Amino acid sequence: MKKVKILSTVVFAGLLFTACSNEDNSTPEPVNEEEVITTLTVTLAPEGGGTTITLQTQDLDGDGPNVPVVSVSGNLEAGAVYNGIILVLNETETPAENITEEVEDEDDEHQFFYTIGGGLDVNTVYGNFDGDGNPLGTEFTLTAGAVSTGALTFTLRHEPKKPNDGTLADAGGETDLAATFTVTVG
Amino acid sequence: MRLYALIILLFSSITSISQNCNYTLSGTVVDLHDSSVLLGATLIVAGTEQAVQTDLEGKFTLVGLCENTYSIQVSHPYCLTEGYTIKVIGNTTKIFRLEHHLEELNEVILKGKANRNKTNTLFENKVSKEELERFSSGSLGDALNSLSGVSSLNTGNTVVKPMINGLHSSRVIIVNNGVRMEDQEWGAEHAPNVDVNAAGNLTLIKGAGALQYGGDAVGGVIVAEASKVTVKDSLYGKSILSAASNGRGSSVTSQLTKSYQNGWYGTAQGTVKRFGDFEAPDYVLSNTGIFERNASLRIGLNRFDYGMEAYYSLFKNDIGILRASHLGGAQDQVRAINSDRPLIIRDFTYNITEPNQDVIHHLARLRVFKRFVGLGKISLQYDYQRNNRLEFDIRRGDDADKASLDLRLDTHTLMLDLDGVLNHKSNLKSGMMARYQNNFANPNTGVRRLIPDFDKYDLGVYGIVDYRLDKNLILEVGARFDYTFMDVFKFYRTSFWESRGYDEQFTNIVVKELDNQILTNPQLNYYNASATAGGTYAFDDEYKLFFNYSLASRAPNPSELFSEGLHHSASRIELGDLRFRHEVSNKLALTLQRENSTFGFSINPYINSISDFIVIEPTEIQQTVRGSFQVWEYRQINARLLGVDVDASYTFVTNFRFDHQFSLVKGYDRNRKEALINMPSVNTKNGLVYQNTEYHNLRLALESQYVFSQNEFPDNNFEVFVPETQTFEVVDVSTPPDAYHLLNFSSNIDFNIGKKSKLTLGLTIDNLMNTSYRNYLNRLRYYADDLGRNLLLNFKYKY
Repeated sequence: MKKVKILSTVVFAGLLFTACSNEDNSTPEPVNEEEVITTLTVTLAPEGGGTTITLQTQDLDGDGPNVPVVSVSGNLEAGAVYNGIILVLNETETPAENITEEVEDEDDEHQFFYTIGGGLDVNTVYGNFDGDGNPLGTEFTLTAGAVSTGALTFTLRHEPKKPNDGTLADAGGETDLAATFTVTVG
Repeated sequence: MRLYALIILLFSSITSISQNCNYTLSGTVVDLHDSSVLLGATLIVAGTEQAVQTDLEGKFTLVGLCENTYSIQVSHPYCLTEGYTIKVIGNTTKIFRLEHHLEELNEVILKGKANRNKTNTLFENKVSKEELERFSSGSLGDALNSLSGVSSLNTGNTVVKPMINGLHSSRVIIVNNGVRMEDQEWGAEHAPNVDVNAAGNLTLIKGAGALQYGGDAVGGVIVAEASKVTVKDSLYGKSILSAASNGRGSSVTSQLTKSYQNGWYGTAQGTVKRFGDFEAPDYVLSNTGIFERNASLRIGLNRFDYGMEAYYSLFKNDIGILRASHLGGAQDQVRAINSDRPLIIRDFTYNITEPNQDVIHHLARLRVFKRFVGLGKISLQYDYQRNNRLEFDIRRGDDADKASLDLRLDTHTLMLDLDGVLNHKSNLKSGMMARYQNNFANPNTGVRRLIPDFDKYDLGVYGIVDYRLDKNLILEVGARFDYTFMDVFKFYRTSFWESRGYDEQFTNIVVKELDNQILTNPQLNYYNASATAGGTYAFDDEYKLFFNYSLASRAPNPSELFSEGLHHSASRIELGDLRFRHEVSNKLALTLQRENSTFGFSINPYINSISDFIVIEPTEIQQTVRGSFQVWEYRQINARLLGVDVDASYTFVTNFRFDHQFSLVKGYDRNRKEALINMPSVNTKNGLVYQNTEYHNLRLALESQYVFSQNEFPDNNFEVFVPETQTFEVVDVSTPPDAYHLLNFSSNIDFNIGKKSKLTLGLTIDNLMNTSYRNYLNRLRYYADDLGRNLLLNFKYKY
């Protein structure tokens, strides 16, 4: 008898429990990724006028399953000198967040690297620097050499060793962004 | 129940006539678990029927004995009655150790006894208080690691997650002072939130046999309990101070207990532990410090037929994660793995910065029990836990100081248990459980929720019956049923939702669609049945065979169901699956044991066949603007684990003992027909112990630990484009590290100070040879060596 009594008490308590816990019906609010980088746009404007070349990689779902869409608007002109500007965006937010500004604010903790490969004949020079005079690289100058094709990679490192010898290996740090474009001079 | 066997034992003893019968047998009766003295224990000598009781200090003296072998029955109101065979040679002294837990009878019979060894406590599946005290400055995982068959999945050396026979996380139940820990145990880098200093003893049950704790212990159950308080007027306590060279830190713990003859008692306990960066033999492991603060309070009333206890504990831990392990994409991984030193090494510091974890765990429990004649003991328990986990990553801009993960898990549990006697041959344990759990993921992190908001309801009911067939054989059967309901609010990325085909399969759970996310409301039901059947056969006084079959069912945990995105600390994308069914394990285990004071051993082979085993495996490489990442997907497979654990102890000369442990486990994925990932490699420990109870209880021990290289592993390597060299390079995330050998030394000595106080001094040197090594089961093995030599000084003062 006692057993039954106690068992029923517990069952009742259990019900009470589950009944009183359903207090809110509100749905949770969405979280927009604040640090995601969806888009890198490199604008190459030739000195003294001409066709501006745009290199872009865009991945609107961040680390979701869709792959980035990579585009190169045209070929570089042999012998031309281009002023390069790098724009980094988080387009999961509306309006899109300009991450270049954050990178420039924390210039001592960031650096862009330009890696040229596969026989591409171009040459880059840093266009802006951090407070200590070390390269930052959201702005740069690119000189196109002879007719050639190859890979041009932009890498943004967070907390690299500064100053460094200009190579990724020496700089260390963490990769915030890495984008490779197939570029043709010709 | 057991009396039967004892009576037979008593009458079968031979009492021969001898010439000189003036000898005495004296000694003490103590608690097996914590060696506290037991007053009022009754000793009866078979044949002469001479009976004595122990005094306030647990001491007894039996007089008028001959040089002969006697059977002695030792009983105590709170203990299992035990029979002993004692050889009296001259005036003999003897310490009797009784199992001081009436309510834990069943698992003790089935499991605990598997390794309860008269030769030495080391072989038990229990970690005694003395051993725990040696791990005072370490963690629960470190202490458990000393048992055979237990390894750990580590993140560095401060996040130590116990692994039983190759299984971990949600497959291992941790019961802390009668409360099942609900501390987001699903994460591989989440260590159990238990203060090793608050536990009086640890019991390990391999497998799901202990159904009273839950039916989903596919791996096993770890039970941490506070020391029992004796019913007498007393005030006692202890303090332990440990100082370690590696990490240049120390820990202080103190405990004070007041008890009364009328059954009331109270215990207060606290621990502070602080370490700076730990060191490998060749470099500092930057940002690996730890700052842990714990406190607990216990008040109770313990009468033989009724009682209550209120318990509260607070656990707060701030743990640094190796700075060099925080990486961007696969290109960083190549650099880190190919470098034989961590990429970031800084000067030693006590400061802990990002990446780090900050965890607070509150646990409150109220328990009452009453014994009813003819029915047994009924206990009712309510417990509440709150776990708040903050994880900090290296972030940019305004988010730099904000946590990347902020989870709050609240759990309420109500349990009613009966520990009853059916008749003189069998006992029944039965009970029911209701649990409500709520997880809240703070949206202010600016990082999509790793674990979604959910409400979870569990109901469980179980029954276990044991039956003593004859004096040699005890049988046990049990069954349990659990129902789980989860009500979840989860935001899916629209691209993921569609790529998985959820948009066609789960249209009915969509709440609303946003720009690039979809809010869904999955409501999941799981019905889990579990069972156990087994027995113990005693061939004679020395040899015993234990056999056990257990069926366990586990509902998938939130991370297995809902993971969807980049896991920074692993530098990989992890994907769960909403469609998972429960995981079902069938385990068969045998143990052959020999209990002997000179040479004792236990051999424990087992096979665990698990259907719908949830594993996380790499499936592809994903390109993002941040670079490429390896994608790891949870999948359900059929798995099989085979293994054996061996313990042995041989006392070859008085005071000198040789100890041996060996563990082997093989995991096999039957779908892919390859080895399972992260299985512990074969390892063996061999030790030489000198212990002299006559001389200040001096103990010197030298232990050799050899860990073989894991040669069975799945190949999950992948290739990544490296722009500087314009080549694809292999990212070797699979190859296990080389075998290694460590030597550890430990020693301690007791000094009595005054009548009631005792000072124990201990010196321990871990990794005596300062060997550089990496462990396959350490998640940071890619980036840095494990710990170098550590000199540890221990002062324990008991008062």
